[in-house]
Amino acid sequence: MENRAIFPGRLLACLLVFPQLAVSLIFFYWPAAQALWQSFLVQDAFGLSTEFVWFENYVNLLKTPEYYHAIGTTFFFSLLVVFFSLAIGLLLAVMANRNIAGVQIYRTFLIIPYAVAPAVASVLFIFMFQPGLGMIARALQRNGIDWNPVLNGNHAMILIVIVAVWNQISYNFLFFLAGLQSIPKSVIEAAAIDGARPMRRFWTIVFPLLSPTTFFLIVVNITYAFFNTLGIIDTATEGGPNGSTSTLVYKVFLDGKAGSDLGGSAAQSVILMIIVVALTAVQFRYVEKKVHY
Amino acid sequence: MVEHRRFGNLLPHLVLIAGVIVVAFPVYLAIIASTHDNSVIANGQMPLYPGGHALETYWNTIMSGTGKTTREPVGSMLLSSLIMAVGIALGKIAISIISAYAIVFFNFPFRMATFWTIFITLMLPVEVRIFPTYKITSDLHMLDSYSGLILPLIASATATLLFRQFFMTVPKELVEASKMDGAGPIRFFFDTLLPLSVTNIAALFVILFIYGWNQYLWPLLITTRDDMQTIVIGIKKIIDVKDALTEWSVAMATAVLAMLPPVAVVVLLQRLFVKGLIETEK
Repeated sequence: MENRAIFPGRLLACLLVFPQLAVSLIFFYWPAAQALWQSFLVQDAFGLSTEFVWFENYVNLLKTPEYYHAIGTTFFFSLLVVFFSLAIGLLLAVMANRNIAGVQIYRTFLIIPYAVAPAVASVLFIFMFQPGLGMIARALQRNGIDWNPVLNGNHAMILIVIVAVWNQISYNFLFFLAGLQSIPKSVIEAAAIDGARPMRRFWTIVFPLLSPTTFFLIVVNITYAFFNTLGIIDTATEGGPNGSTSTLVYKVFLDGKAGSDLGGSAAQSVILMIIVVALTAVQFRYVEKKVHY
Repeated sequence: MVEHRRFGNLLPHLVLIAGVIVVAFPVYLAIIASTHDNSVIANGQMPLYPGGHALETYWNTIMSGTGKTTREPVGSMLLSSLIMAVGIALGKIAISIISAYAIVFFNFPFRMATFWTIFITLMLPVEVRIFPTYKITSDLHMLDSYSGLILPLIASATATLLFRQFFMTVPKELVEASKMDGAGPIRFFFDTLLPLSVTNIAALFVILFIYGWNQYLWPLLITTRDDMQTIVIGIKKIIDVKDALTEWSVAMATAVLAMLPPVAVVVLLQRLFVKGLIETEK
């Protein structure tokens, strides 16, 4: 016996799911299928004839050094963004979890970056880091650092990492705070009675109990660094200088915009889809289990 | 608090103040820059207190935009952003609440298949299927239209999942009672289910409004006409002049205007925002 109440009326039910199914099919499945199909095709230079070539586009893609460069850039960028945004988010959440005066005010300020669009966040930081006029750029230059993200790839990378971390702090802060608040006070009090100092209590009790939240956030932050930072990169560096800030997603965007190699760019999209599916699968596997300790 | 601390709460206050400064300073600087004259900003001598050009800068920005790069008044960009954000939020809520309703309260052929079809879209962010989606939208003649901006972004598995989760907690007896009173599925939906869902809908609206307002890639591709562009992509064109010719006061005023609606929503509806965020993602 199913434990739910049922209304009669198949027609009505079909009408109710129709809008969402229609949108999903037209704007999700159809384009995804097309990307998949196109990734097996090669078009001649004039777009007159197409040929089915199996995995040639993928093989060619894996032969280009730029693609490996983009993979390296993506991993390096994601590693920095995930590490710093989680570390800062956790530190702030631990501090805001104490019973101190004004904690509401701190919290209100700390969630602001979530509301700022990635591209707009970029603009805020470009303004501070613009050589010659930006406040921080001038301070760096006064201290003998020849700061110039337009010419120096490392500087460009530092810039987009800072923007991406800033933009993501709020999210991690809120989830860590929710995670911390769900840890029973009695466990921590028991450890305190046993004589564990605050640092020890944090690393041996709080941090392990927080691990479901941490794992969840690691996956979400990797997804963020991979896919949601396109606006940041496009506004701040446009992937440059010399491709030094061009991540996989940004490369799909650039190659697609140039529009010369449809099959190759479709192959890139398909690889990205596989990455997303893998990440989502990991996320749900974890959600199923929920608790590790 | 577990124990008496020697320095009281000094450390948390210091760390949180540092955090607030890091978070708020870029925003503060943008607000300050929008009140100064371009020449003051361009030579790098901008002070940290407001200048006297606020009214004039905002008036020019909203009514006429920059002199060179976009010619498009930021006021019309704000309107495009607003229509898109509200359209996406309401559209997503509308289509996902009815599909979740059908999936939970009805039996129909391929019910589970339908659920999975919707569920899998969770795995296809717009960034990875961007050009085929663009092509389809253009084939449907929806470039430079609000439907083209909104429709491809409104199929949302997260919202459907949230409503499904919530509907499954509605006690069976409530449905039976409603049936006993002679209510059909449509009356049950409007008289019972919708009022129960108000908080969820509001929380979802907050999250989706921000999601819609902050979209970048899709509006960038889909709008070619200047009067259709949203403020988030308009601002890039304003600073795109790669040299000192950028009108920084206008750019920063635009940044402030672009931040204002979503930040206001988050700050004023904080409780709903946190609820929506934690529940849609987990």
